[in-house]
Parts: sequence; structure tokens; C-alpha cells
Amino acid sequence: MAAKLVQLTINDKEYDIAVQANETLVDVLRYRLGLTGTKKGCGQGDCGSCTVIMDGNTVNSCLVLAVQANGSRITTIEGLESEEGLHPVQKAFIEHGAIQCGFCSSGMILSAKNLLDKNPKPTEGEIRSALSGNLCRCTGYQKIVEAVQSIAK
Amino acid sequence: MGNFEVINSRASRIDSPAKATGSALYVDDIKMPGMLYGAMLQSPVAHARIKSIDVSAAARLPGVKAVVTAKEAGLVKFGVSPARYDETLFCHDKVRHHGDNVAAVAAVDLETAMHALSLIQVDYEELPVLITIEEATAEGAPLVHDGYPRNICAEIHQEFGNVKEAFKECDLIKTTTFVNKRQDAAFIEPQGCIAHFDIFGNLTLYSSTQSVHYVQRTVAMVLGLPIGKVRVVKPYVGAGFGPKAAANHLEPAACLLSMKTGKPVKMNFEREQVFMHSRGRHQFFHKFTTGVKKDGTIMGLDHECYLNGGAYTSFGIGTVYYAGSLLGGPYKLRNMKYDGYRVYTNLPACGAQRGHGGVAARAGWEQQLDMIAEELGMDPFDLRQKNMLVAGDVTCNGLKISSFGMPECLEAVRSGSDWKSKKGKLPRGKGIGMACGFFESGAGYPSYPSDTYHDTVLVKLAEDGGSALVLSASAEIGQGSDTALAMIVAEGLGIPLEMVRVQSGDTDFGVDLGAHSSRQTLMTGHAAKEAAEDARRQVIEVLSEELKTSAQDMDIKNGVVKFKMEKPDFTPLRTRYIKEHRGWLDNPATDDELSFREASRIAFLSRGTIVGKGKYKPPVPGGSSKGATVGTSPAYGCSAQVVELSVDEETGKITIEQMTDAHDCGLAINRTSVEAQMQGSFSMGLGEALFEEVKFDSKGRLINGDLAEYKIPSCLDMPKIKSIIVESNEPNGPYGAKEVGEGAIMPTIPAILNAVYDAVGVRIYELPMTPERICTAIKEYKEKRIDAEYEDQSKRNRAGSSIRLYD
Ligand code: FES
Ligand code: FES
Repeated sequence: MAAKLVQLTINDKEYDIAVQANETLVDVLRYRLGLTGTKKGCGQGDCGSCTVIMDGNTVNSCLVLAVQANGSRITTIEGLESEEGLHPVQKAFIEHGAIQCGFCSSGMILSAKNLLDKNPKPTEGEIRSALSGNLCRCTGYQKIVEAVQSIAK
Repeated sequence: MGNFEVINSRASRIDSPAKATGSALYVDDIKMPGMLYGAMLQSPVAHARIKSIDVSAAARLPGVKAVVTAKEAGLVKFGVSPARYDETLFCHDKVRHHGDNVAAVAAVDLETAMHALSLIQVDYEELPVLITIEEATAEGAPLVHDGYPRNICAEIHQEFGNVKEAFKECDLIKTTTFVNKRQDAAFIEPQGCIAHFDIFGNLTLYSSTQSVHYVQRTVAMVLGLPIGKVRVVKPYVGAGFGPKAAANHLEPAACLLSMKTGKPVKMNFEREQVFMHSRGRHQFFHKFTTGVKKDGTIMGLDHECYLNGGAYTSFGIGTVYYAGSLLGGPYKLRNMKYDGYRVYTNLPACGAQRGHGGVAARAGWEQQLDMIAEELGMDPFDLRQKNMLVAGDVTCNGLKISSFGMPECLEAVRSGSDWKSKKGKLPRGKGIGMACGFFESGAGYPSYPSDTYHDTVLVKLAEDGGSALVLSASAEIGQGSDTALAMIVAEGLGIPLEMVRVQSGDTDFGVDLGAHSSRQTLMTGHAAKEAAEDARRQVIEVLSEELKTSAQDMDIKNGVVKFKMEKPDFTPLRTRYIKEHRGWLDNPATDDELSFREASRIAFLSRGTIVGKGKYKPPVPGGSSKGATVGTSPAYGCSAQVVELSVDEETGKITIEQMTDAHDCGLAINRTSVEAQMQGSFSMGLGEALFEEVKFDSKGRLINGDLAEYKIPSCLDMPKIKSIIVESNEPNGPYGAKEVGEGAIMPTIPAILNAVYDAVGVRIYELPMTPERICTAIKEYKEKRIDAEYEDQSKRNRAGSSIRLYD
């Protein structure tokens, strides 16, 4: 298979990478670029653990081919921390005990961030809808919802 | 409750910053130089004789570094309990379920490994496939394993007291049945591992496991290596809920491939393989006959249970015992008879999952108690209160109840849910239901017969006194054990939590049976407390020598040495400390109190590295009947839940609207983590109640091995939960702590069942409560009501009393 050169802006950094036509974005992030904060719980678009923000929308990066992402701006969990420290969503998750095993947390935090970027004062229903593509088997979601609510006010 | 500095608080988990930033490394995040990728060849059929295996084409494929089958692996049998070691690393004579392991390959990349698998030729001679218990136990059915007639893998017959006699005194004897479906643990991180056999002959295995100890023993035994040459390390783990508590086949296979190639080998399960090798919840077929007196006194329970075990035993011996023994509480059950059968079939093996063995039993029986309460005209709370065990009781099957905050749990959910104003008063279609739960705090015995300590912990003080390092082989899998241990050690040493670091999940750090049977807080917690106190004792001893002050007159609190009597002159010690830290900017000022930091530096100067040692082995539990070891535990947690829901009678859809949960966890080490366990348990119970079911076709092939077709609760399925922590002081727990991780799931399903009845008047005897099942039940109920308009309530309840074993 012929490799194709793609350009990705990931966490404000530019990458030129030669990828195979069938390579998924999650695999490029994890196995080529070492950005292993993005998780891969199913590889089939069902769990949301591979969620990243691509051009302002959350996507399951296991369903996106790297070639489709060509030219995109991507935010992964590694891109949330800034000079001011952790992102407020990260802080809220830590403070509210919204993280147990942590395997869903990267995707969950990114979905929450994207929601708040677009809708700073979501209702509980809006929060639950926005997070409904991110499965968590540990928490029962309550502390996650509480964490998001704490910064949605 | 005592006055604590660190525990019993809502401290943030020590692992959450790493997890919130994506820097926490799980096994698939690890990459090693020269690493190869392994893959397993798995049987496409559920039952077949293997006539031949030809790996030559696979072995010749460029990029393939090793191909192994039973020929290379040998035929050492393993499993969970030595009484039923019935698995080999690879099948050699036959395959027993769809997905059974036949061979493994290591190659330079995963694509090559997968390609190589497709080149392996296996000649199968198919055998009849046994799916149901009925098929497997039929006269003349083929045997899944030789030596187990009628495919009975294990059979339990126990009687405590005399049920028959007890029933003679009863005013009401009720029989009902209950069946759940095979549930998958559905942790979000699939199992995976990396094995590295180095040039010195040391094997290191990184694995997503709940027990480095059991994996170490299994790998060493299967591959014929001394335990001392096998190190198992658990990186961050994306949860387990039971199935990861025993070795999976990837682990010894990756080790063998690494031994063959001398390279690190990584192997992962795909999501479908997680389902195929799940070792999660069994399907249970229960039949309960309970006798009560008019006043509600429960006199006896006659209980029969069949488990569809799948192709191997795994945890199944424990499961079939637990299915009976865990009904020994939380009620005073004077007489109990139990007949349990675990049956081999050609489905993937079942094992242990949150609430091991007890969840379906609890669901079916708590539903029956609800029916009994109604027939007696009692409130369900009153029936339970009347029969509740109290601290100090010993159950008829020998479980010793040392603390029991059940009255508080009942009261908390009764008032917390406003039960009085709702029960029986909600409009049709809306319902409220309650149930209770009961679970152990750690199994009394290891899975192999042994006098081993269950847990050892070391607490090592840094030589400048700046921190304490906790070394343990326990397993943080998301439940929060690292944080609980750090808090216990901080409390025991008398220092702030920030000064404690935890390194866990590594067999190099000691022995720990791991995260299962809700044991880490109580059992590892004991060892951690002992280790912390041992380190503290050593520091105080040195101070006592140096300051000529009695050890009894000193204490360490919040990182500061406290003198109970007159403060001795410790300036010489401080001078020594400061002299050694010339140039440091944070040296103590003259009139500061003597710090732990200074004290432990002085202790190091006097004795070398200060290491506190702790260990724990549960007191030998009682019980003389066969299998009395299963279910015995140093302590028991208990819980009560109230669920409010609505049922759409048109569509059959159930919406859970409110949930009130109270759990007695002894002393809560970390209050936030206790609630988190309660809420997580509820969501797993809700999933099993409403939609979870692993399905197979008529040939035993997995149908819904993905998280789209096998639905687990999402954010939208979960109601608001009111979590109420009840704290009894458990005498056998460290600082009074006991379990919460599994007991909390127990009341969930029956509370939902009872609420559905309250809403629409139907009793459901088979899970999951899908819309179709609810619609059918409502239809039957309505028809029956027309038929028997004048029949009384009690007769109506008999629907479903017949056994519906095979669905
Ligand atoms: S890994 Fe992408 S959705 Fe599960
Ligand atoms: S914290 Fe474990 S899956 Fe969400």
C-alpha cells in the first residue's frame, strides 16, 4: 500500500506524517506519535474512549482515517494543560472524584470541554446528552455530571 | 468514630492527576525496543476434535518470529482452583468453545501476526455442541471434559438446620424461580500484556490484571519457571470487576513467545475477544422455597440453583458456593438448604463478576420476600427489619457478623426516599421498590490451599524524612485502593497525605492476593496500617533513645512530633539535621516543633533505612461443613436501596427515575471513593436488570461481541442517585473499615424488580427486563386479570412460579 503524506495540527503543533490508507487517527496518535492519552477501548466507534476534538467537534478517532483528517486541527487530552495549569474540566474531574480507572477519562473530559466551549451553561440534560457517547463502566456517571455542573455555573 | 487527620475525608485520589492528563500509562501505552506483536489463533467452532495442526506456512511467513502450539507449550493444566485445573495454554485434543485457544504467533507487527494466523491449518472434526444445561445434562450427552458425568462440573449439597421441619411451623410457603443472563464485565480497557524474557532468564510480565500474585503463580507453573524468576507488574488498569482476577491465556502465551524469541512480546484482546474470554457473570437458574410465619418470621429457605458454566471451571467452584452461601445474610435465616450445580457447556467459560455468585440469587430472593410481605400484608421494610441480623450474630451457615449497620441503612433509604408517602400511592405506571444486600470483605482463603499471608506491605521512609513510600503488590484497578492505602499509611505514620507515595501492583514488592472479593481496603489496609505503625514505632524508638524520653510520651501527628509530657530539649537533634542540610532554604526555625522529617532523618542516621513491615492473614474463619470456607470473611458489608421508576405500558420501556442507596462500609476511609463504588455498582446492576445479555447462536458462536449490540448503561440511562454512607465500626477492619465495592450491587436488581411490580403489577422472573419482556408480562397479566377477576391477590402472584429453565 502506498503511503500518503498528511498534515495534522495536533495540540497546536504541526505534523507531517506518511500514513497508510487504512490507518486510523487513533492509531496514528497512539502508536506513531506516542500520544497515548487517547485510549482505544473498542476500535469500533462504540465506547468513546478514543474521543478527540477535530475542527471543533468531538469524533471517535478510531472511526476517522488519518487521511480523512488531513489538514485538521486536533485537540487530544495532552493538549488541555496550559501555562496556567490544568484545564478547569480536568480540575473539576479530579476534585469531584469523577475518575476511577481513568480509561474513559480522556474522552470524557474532551467531550465535556467541547460542550462547555459551545454551551457554557448547559442543563443537566444537555450534559448527559453530550456525554452519552462516552461509556464509563466505573462511575455510574454521577460524579462526572457533578464535575461538569460545577463549572457550568 | 475516632478523630482522624487523614482518613474518613474526601481527599482527592492520588492517581487522578495522571489520569486526567492522559499521562497515566496503561499496558497498551507501553512500547519496548524490539517489541514483537503476538496474536492468538482461536477456534471458529464451539466443540470439535483437533485432528491436526499445520503451522509450517505461518512459520515461513517473513516477519514471523515464532509460532507456538500445545507442542511447544506443554500440557500443564491450570485454572483458578487446583481442585479444577481444567485448562491448558493451548488446546491439543479438542476445542471446547468458540474462541478456544489453539496457537499463537509473534511477528514484527500485528498485521503480519494476523496474516500468519490465517495460514495455520487446523483440521477439526466437529462434535455436537452443548449450549443449555438441559442439553449438557441429558443422558448420553457428549462430555465437555472426561471424568465429569452429565457434565456436572461441581455439585454442592448443604443443609444448615432442618428446612423440612421448619416448614411444618410455617403459615406461608412460597416457591418462585429466577433466571438472569450471562453478563459481561465490559470494562473499557480490554485485557493486554507485554512479556519480556531477558538474557539473564528473568521474565517480566506487564499485564492488565487484578492480581499480579495469581498471574505470577500461574505463569510460573505453566511455563515451569521458579516464582523468583517471574515478575508481574500491573500498570494502570482500565478496571476489571472480577474477570481480570485470574490469569488469562494471553499472559502465559506472550511469556512463551518472548522466551522463544528473546524479545518483548505484546498481546491484546480485541473487544470481541473480551466477550469470548470474559469469565464474567454466569447465567443462574434459581428456585427458592421460603417458609414464613404469619408474623413475618422467616423460618427457612430451600434453594436450588443451576449455573451454565461454559467450557471451563475458572472461578466457578467459588461461584456455585457463593450463590448459596451469600443468602445466609442479612436476615436471620434459621434453616437453609442449598443444592447447587455448575454445568459444563460449550459456551465460553464464566467466572467472577462484581457480587460474585450472589447477584442473581439476591435478585430472585429479594423479589420473593417482597411477594411474601405483600401476602402477609406487611410493608417490605417491616418484613426485613423483623428478620434482620445484628452485630454479634452468626448465620446458620457460620458467617460471623461483627458489625452491621443495617437498621441505619434501612432507615436512611426509607426516609431518604420518602417511602411512606410514595409506596402504594403512586399513579399506575410509576413504582417504588426496595431491597437489601449483603457481601463479604475479602475471601477468608486464597484460591489455592495455603497458609500464605494474603497481603504484605512495606513502608520505607526516605533518608531525609521527606516522604514515605508504600510498596505493595495490591491492585489499583480504578476502585481507589492506592489512595486508600496512602491515606491509611499517612494516618498510621501521623503525616500529611502529600508525604506518602504508593508503588503497587508489582510482585517484587511482596505478596498480595489482589483486587477481588472486596478485599483491598480491609486486608491490604490492615497490612498497610501495621507497616506504617511499625515505621513510626522505629522513629519514636530512636527519638526515645536520643532524647531520653519514654516512647509512650511521644506521638506523631500531622508531620510533627508531639510530646505528651514536658517537651525535652531537642536542639542537638535539630542542629545535626540542619548541619546536614546546609544551603537548604526550608530548614526548621529554632522555635518550630520537632518535625517528622527531622525525626526520621535522625532515625536513619541511627539505624539505616527505616522500613516498616506489615502483613495480614484473616483469622481462621469457622464453619465445619464442606465448602464452609466460601463466604467466610472477617467482615460483612450491608446495604439497602430504594428505586423509583416508570413503566410505559405501551412500549414496555422502563425509565429509572430516582435511586436512594445506603451502604454500611464500616468506617469510610475515603468518602468520595465509597460513594463512587456505590454509584458504579448501581449502574452495573441497572444494566444487568434492563438490557445486558451476551448472546450465542445455536452453534455456540458469540453473536453480540461488541459494545453497540451489547449495551451497557450510558449517561442517559442513569438516574440521580442519593448515596448515603452508613458507618459502623468494624472491629476486624483497619480503623473500622470494610467493603463497599461489590455489596453495593446486591439490592439494585431486586429493587428495580419490586418497583416494576409496584408500577404495573407484574412480576418478572427472567432478566433482562427488555421492553418486549415487559410488554408480554403486562399482556399476560391483563389477560389473567380478566380470566380471574374474582381470584384473590395471592393467587395472582403464582404466575411465574413454574420453572422456566431454558430460554
Ligand atoms: S475506541 Fe473508538 S469508540 Fe471505542
Ligand atoms: S472511570 Fe473507568 S471507565 Fe470510566
